[in-house]
Amino acid sequence: MMGNINEQQKEFQKLIDKTSPKASLLKNCIWAFVVGGIICCIGQGITDLLMYVAELPKDAASTFTSIILVFLGALLTGLDIYDSIGRRAGAGSIVPITGFANSIVSPAIEYKNEGYVFGVGAKIFTIAGPVILYGMLSSVIVGLVYYMIGLG
Amino acid sequence: MGSQVGEQTIAFDNPPTIIGHGNIVGPKEGDGLLKEYFDKILEDTLWGEESWEKAESKILNAAINSAIDNANIAKNDIRYIFAGDLLNQLTASTFAIRDFKKPFFGLYGACSTMGESLILASMAVEGGFANYCVAATSSHFCGAEKQFRYPLEFGNQRPLTATYTVTGSGAVVVGNTGIGPKVTHVTPGKIVDLGVKDAMNMGAAMAPAAADTIIAHFKDTGRSAADYDLIATGDLGMIGKKLTIELVGKAGYDLSDNYTDCGIEIFDNEKQDTHAGGSGCGCSAVTLTGYILKEMAKGTFNRILFIPTGALLSPSSSFQGESIPGIAHAVVIENSQE
Repeated sequence: MMGNINEQQKEFQKLIDKTSPKASLLKNCIWAFVVGGIICCIGQGITDLLMYVAELPKDAASTFTSIILVFLGALLTGLDIYDSIGRRAGAGSIVPITGFANSIVSPAIEYKNEGYVFGVGAKIFTIAGPVILYGMLSSVIVGLVYYMIGLG
Repeated sequence: MGSQVGEQTIAFDNPPTIIGHGNIVGPKEGDGLLKEYFDKILEDTLWGEESWEKAESKILNAAINSAIDNANIAKNDIRYIFAGDLLNQLTASTFAIRDFKKPFFGLYGACSTMGESLILASMAVEGGFANYCVAATSSHFCGAEKQFRYPLEFGNQRPLTATYTVTGSGAVVVGNTGIGPKVTHVTPGKIVDLGVKDAMNMGAAMAPAAADTIIAHFKDTGRSAADYDLIATGDLGMIGKKLTIELVGKAGYDLSDNYTDCGIEIFDNEKQDTHAGGSGCGCSAVTLTGYILKEMAKGTFNRILFIPTGALLSPSSSFQGESIPGIAHAVVIENSQE
């Protein structure tokens, strides 16, 4: 009986794979590359502008670049534009720091009507949570490794 | 009083009549392939409310009122209301129906709720327990995305197998007197799970349940697809429809002629970018009360088999690695011979 059900499930899965359309991997990769690349070029452009025109030191220029890109991601999310970019770009707009901003601002907008504490406050990091948690955890581990091999 | 037929089906001796129907849809649906059939098309998905959930309640409330008006009876003549939706704790329905001050049966069949509510309403009327009942359901794209997937403004990509939740509500009034098509047979469905875990391919998850109910209905009644002018599942979408034809075909019944799916009928897939088609409780409800019943009134279809389908998962069940069980409820609606 059990064997029969497993057989049925496997056969059905084969049928699903045969029937379901698959997205074009090449097309998706190209879109992600181009849009992600453009976002990074914009970031580099901002850094260069700050370093060579505003004559800021490299560290400060990088920090300000992050701030500006996060602002742009948040602004485009609020203007209902970022999701249209994401529909085409996929990882190209999720991975850069602008995507991080989008992942925080979109729940904030969504849950505003549940109040600032239990709505916005409690749910603002529902999507970005894993990034924050595992990003911090990896940096701790990398830091320990650096320390142990004498780099830190 | 009706009788039990076969394993799952009920045949009504005094078939109850669908004496009124009404629907409301959102702007995207109002721009789709069935736009001429909808009673009211909203300009935006909030309809003046502060949240998607409140908007959905307003939409469901209005659809029920519209069905009662269409039935030409007083609100007080309704004895029971059978309704449900996709939101946690069925809040769209409870807040919509609170003002009616009538006994309420809250139902969860996911996207099969139009079938479930219509079956129970018909049973209540035919069994002599009510003269008039309402069967209704609704869904809301933004509310469903917020609950099951991501906030609206999040820039994620949807796969080609994903379906698009309909913003809309459909309601019918079932009565023991009056003019309209009749509910002659109902086949309530079992939960069927063939191990599909991909929540982005709901059509595939629900197809086994649709096939199971269709086959049970044919076996119980001794009928086949040829006995119907139209067979319509709720929201299997393009992939689920193909899979259902295969699965039902393996049991010896050919569905390829007059079988369609509400999720495919409602949106213009190319222009509206809805990938595999429409979904949600509202999908089958607005297609039934819009396209199907109105074409039946014209005589285009005289006997139809309506099978809304539901995926019985929750966000937690998916994360816990569970597969997605499906369910499908079948209703036979027939123009009366008089």
